[in-house]
Amino acid sequence: MTSFFKLYFNRLLPQLIALGLIIMAVSLVFPGFLNIEIQNGRLYGSLIDILNRGAPVVLLAIGMTIVIATKGIDLSVGAVMAICGATAAAAITSGHSVPATLLITLGVGILCGLWNGVLVAVLDIQPIIATLVLMVAGRGIAQLITEGAILTFNDPGLIFIGSGSFAGLPMPVVIWLVFGMLIAVLVRRTALGMLIEAIGVNRQASTLSGVLTPVLLNAAYVLCGLCAAIAGIIAAADIRGADANNAGLWLELDAILAVVVGGTSLLGGRFSIAASVLGAIIIQAINTGILLSGFPPEFNLIIKAAIIVFILVLQSPRVRTAFAFLVPARGARNPSERAAK
Amino acid sequence: MKIAKALASATILAACTFGSASAADLVVGFSQIGSESGWRAAETTLTKQQAEQRGIDLKFADAQQKQENQIKAIRSFIAQGVNAILVAPVVATGWDEVLQEAKDAEIPVILLDRTVDSSKDLYLTAVTSDLVHEGNVAGKWLVDTTAGKPCNVVELQGTTGSSPAIDRKKGFEQALSGHDNLKIIRSQTGDFTRTKGKEVMESFLKAEDGGKNICALYAHNDDMAVGAIQAIKEAGLKPGKDILVVSIDAVPDIFQAMAAGEANATVELTPNMAGPAFDALAAYQKDGTAPPKWIQTESKLYTQADEPLKVYEEKKGLGY
Repeated sequence: MTSFFKLYFNRLLPQLIALGLIIMAVSLVFPGFLNIEIQNGRLYGSLIDILNRGAPVVLLAIGMTIVIATKGIDLSVGAVMAICGATAAAAITSGHSVPATLLITLGVGILCGLWNGVLVAVLDIQPIIATLVLMVAGRGIAQLITEGAILTFNDPGLIFIGSGSFAGLPMPVVIWLVFGMLIAVLVRRTALGMLIEAIGVNRQASTLSGVLTPVLLNAAYVLCGLCAAIAGIIAAADIRGADANNAGLWLELDAILAVVVGGTSLLGGRFSIAASVLGAIIIQAINTGILLSGFPPEFNLIIKAAIIVFILVLQSPRVRTAFAFLVPARGARNPSERAAK
Repeated sequence: MKIAKALASATILAACTFGSASAADLVVGFSQIGSESGWRAAETTLTKQQAEQRGIDLKFADAQQKQENQIKAIRSFIAQGVNAILVAPVVATGWDEVLQEAKDAEIPVILLDRTVDSSKDLYLTAVTSDLVHEGNVAGKWLVDTTAGKPCNVVELQGTTGSSPAIDRKKGFEQALSGHDNLKIIRSQTGDFTRTKGKEVMESFLKAEDGGKNICALYAHNDDMAVGAIQAIKEAGLKPGKDILVVSIDAVPDIFQAMAAGEANATVELTPNMAGPAFDALAAYQKDGTAPPKWIQTESKLYTQADEPLKVYEEKKGLGY
C-alpha cells in the first residue's frame, strides 16, 4: 500500500512542486496570502479563494481528462457551461423547484455531451471538429434561452450552490472535491480507467479485443458534458444570473491547459484526474496571485504565460531526463538492496 | 357659429392629414450591429419606439456583427430610395465607398453610438456618448460625496485596451486630479463581466486589509459593480455604506442595487441615440440646417435619490 502512495506521490511531484513554488512566490509579494481565518462560520482567505474560484476549471478539467485520455478533445465545454447556466436561470425563474432545475440542467448537459459523443463515436468525426460545432453554436443557443440579456434570479436554494458553505468550505469546493473523488474512484477502482486508456492508445486494437469502444467514447463525452453542466450551474449561481455572452468564455482552453499542466498527454493513454485537478488549481493560483500582486492589468496575460511555459519546460521529457541524471532515484542507487527485496 | 365650427374642424382635419402625410413620407433605414449585449438590444427597442412616436417608417436590418452585412443593408436602403440611413458601425474602417454611394444618391447618413475613420463630409452627423465625460461625471460625484475626506478608491477596469476602458479611466482620473484626498490604490481589469468583477473585488478586499482600507469602488460598467457588490457582501461589509459604489451604463439591475442601498451612483450611457438623430434629421429635412458633425448624448447621473425602483421599472422592458 505504501508503494502505491509513493507511486502516486511521484506522479504528482512536478505539479506539487510547481504549486508550492507559485504559492511561495505570491506570499513573498503579498505576505497575507497564506492567512486563513474563520468569518461568518466559513473559512476565509486567499487560499480558499483559489479553491473556490478554480471550481469551474477543476470540474471542466475532470471531464476533459477522460476525453483527452481517449485521444479526443472537447472544445465545447465553455459553451455548454453557458447553455446550462442559461437553462438553470430560465428554469428557476419560470417557477421550477431547485431539484427540478438541477435535474433539467444536468440533463441538458448530458444531452450536449451525447451530441458530441455521437458525432465522435458513431459518425467518426474528428473530435476537434465535432466539438467545434457545439462550441460555436452553443453560445447562440444560450443567448436564445436568455434572449441576449443577463437572466437574474433570487432563489436562495440555487444561490447556495454558488456562494453557500458546507462544513466551513465554500459549496463549489465541496462539489468538486466530492465529484472528483467519485470519478477518480469510479475509473481507478474498476477497469474503466484502463479501458479508456486502451482506447486512447489504440482504438482499433481495443475494439478488436472486445472493448465496447463506441459506448465508452460516448460515456466520456457525456461525462464531460455533465462536468460542464455542474460548472455552469456554479458559475451562474455565483453571480445570481446567467450571462450567455461571457459564462465559460475561453474556459475550454484553461481546462485543456489544466490537463496538460497535469502531465496527461494530448495523444491519449495514461491519465491522472488528481494531476489535472492540481493543474487547474495551479492555473487559478497564478490568476489569483496576479490579482493580488497589484501589477497593471496589461501584464496579466504575459505573467501567466511565462509561468506556464516554465512549468511545461520543467515537465518536458528532456529536462526530466537531465533532472533524473543529476539526482538519481533512490531505488537505483543501490541495485543489490533492491534485488534482495 | 355653425360655419365657424365646421371651419375649425376642417382645419384640424387638414392639419391631421398634413401631419400624417409628412410622416409617411419619411422612410429611414437602420443598420444595427446585432444584439451582442443587453445595451444594444435596448438601443434597438428605443430606436423603433422613437421612430413610431414620430411616425417614421423604420426599415431595420440586423448585421449580426458583420460589416459586409451592414454594407449590403446600406446598399439595399439606397436602392429602395429611403430618406435617410442610420448606421451603428461595427468597425471604424472600410466605409468610404458605401458612404460615397449614399452621398451620390443624396441620402443623409447618421452614425449612431460609434464613429468611423472616414472623411467627415461623407455623413451628416454622428450621435455618440463621450466616454471620457462619463468617467468624469462618475469622478465628480465621488469628489463631491467625499467632500475632502480621505478616501482610497479601487477601480475595476473594462477589457484591457478597449476604448471604453481607456476613456472611462482617463475621465475619472481627470476628475480626481487636484483632489489629494482621493487616491486610486488598486486598479485591475474585470473584463466588463460580473464573474470577473466579483473575483477581482475579492482579491482587492483580501489585499486591502479585508476591505477596511477601501472607501470607494469605481467600476467601468454596472455589471462588474453588481458582481463586486456580492463580493463585498460576502466579505461581511456593507456595499453602499462601508464601500461607496459608483459605476457607468445605468442598466436596470444597478437600479435594483441602488434601491436596496447597495450601490450609490451610476452614469447613464443612454440607449436613446435615435431620438437626437431623428431631431437632427427633421431639422435638416425642413430647411437644410446641417447639424454639428458630432452630437453628444447626455451622460446623466443617477443616485439613490432618483427613485431607482421607478427607473428600474421603466428600463426593465427595453430588452437590456
